[in-house]
Amino acid sequence: MDVAIRAGLEGLFSGVAHLDLGQLFMLALGCLLLYLAIAREIEPLLLLPIGFGAILVNIPDAGLMAEGGVLRTFYNAGVASEIFPVLVFIGIGALTDFGPLLENPKILLLGAAGQFGIFLTLLLALLLGFTLQQAASIGVIGAMDGPTAIYVSSKFAPDLLGPISVAAYSYMSLVPIVQPPIMRLLTTKDERLIVMGGVKRTVSRRAKLVFPIMVVIVGSIIAPQGTPLLGMIMLGNLLRESGVVERLKQASENEIANIVTLLLGISIGATMQAEIFLRYQTLLILLLGFVAICLDTATGVLFGKLMCALSGGKINPLIGAAGISAFPMAARVVQTEGQRYSKKNHLLMHAMGANTGGQIGSVIAAGIMLSVLRGLGYG
Amino acid sequence: MTDVWSIGYALAVLGMGGTLVTLAFIAVLVVLLKRLFPYSPEDAR
Repeated sequence: MDVAIRAGLEGLFSGVAHLDLGQLFMLALGCLLLYLAIAREIEPLLLLPIGFGAILVNIPDAGLMAEGGVLRTFYNAGVASEIFPVLVFIGIGALTDFGPLLENPKILLLGAAGQFGIFLTLLLALLLGFTLQQAASIGVIGAMDGPTAIYVSSKFAPDLLGPISVAAYSYMSLVPIVQPPIMRLLTTKDERLIVMGGVKRTVSRRAKLVFPIMVVIVGSIIAPQGTPLLGMIMLGNLLRESGVVERLKQASENEIANIVTLLLGISIGATMQAEIFLRYQTLLILLLGFVAICLDTATGVLFGKLMCALSGGKINPLIGAAGISAFPMAARVVQTEGQRYSKKNHLLMHAMGANTGGQIGSVIAAGIMLSVLRGLGYG
Repeated sequence: MTDVWSIGYALAVLGMGGTLVTLAFIAVLVVLLKRLFPYSPEDAR
């Protein structure tokens, strides 16, 4: 009987026996993510399930990420298969009003300039010794577009999915802190004082209906590897603009988006196992992610300055900072900065246009990156 | 052009240029789309 009791006790306390320092650190990190989500309300929809997933996966001997484990099943079904990030895009499309962008289509260019940091960060990552596929995945953090970052890294660098996702989502909340100093540094006071007129409503319903169909055809023909992302965001938008499938639109922006966000978050948290996450590379990824946001903001603002010069001073270059995909945070930052220098300056709708342009831009940039890499024999 | 740096530069140039040209093309198409389907007061309803 003694032997049986001893064996039983060993099984009972196996968790305690196998708990190591790395797992303890990750449990603390999981709790920190929960704190940021709950107490600070930083991206709570994702950081809460990510933090909880990180706690679950670092419980010794629980085997949640072992073959057949609950979290492994979620991960294989939704992340490894790339289904979850793609489904999130239907919800994003259903929630996005491209109206301000269609009113002033040239600000779509700011959505392109806001992605340049992706490619500059890619070069920096190569310089630091990452492989091409890893560097491409790290660069996409700069798009400030979580689902796209997850999609690209699950394709090219699944071993870096945890740190890349955490960086992409947690840095999104830093946009109001990171962007303003860069915006001030790169613009003159006169430029910041440029008052842009109100956005007039000049887009017909038919144009709004044709827009998502047109974008998906053109964008997908140019960059076929980005079709899953572009296709789903535009499908969601067509559900919104068609006005005939209210139930599908509601489901896309509520039920589907909520369920997928929960499962996606917990699956990402599940990739944060101590032995995978606690590496020198994680620190570099967090650093490069930060650099990527700064570069994207800078290239957006600099392109805004170019457009300001070409338009004879009619475009406030601050709206260039909204060319990144962090929607609607970046647009709000631009509005706040504009108001700081002139209470008459209402840049919100212009910035919203650039911001939705950034959403399209990040997906197109990722699609082009995937297609070029495929052409080069990668992926 | 097989070393990783050449590929990295190619990716950066094609990525930035491709994104800019694609979005510029879409912007032109939007302008044409607005001309093809002009705004009318009925759209306000």
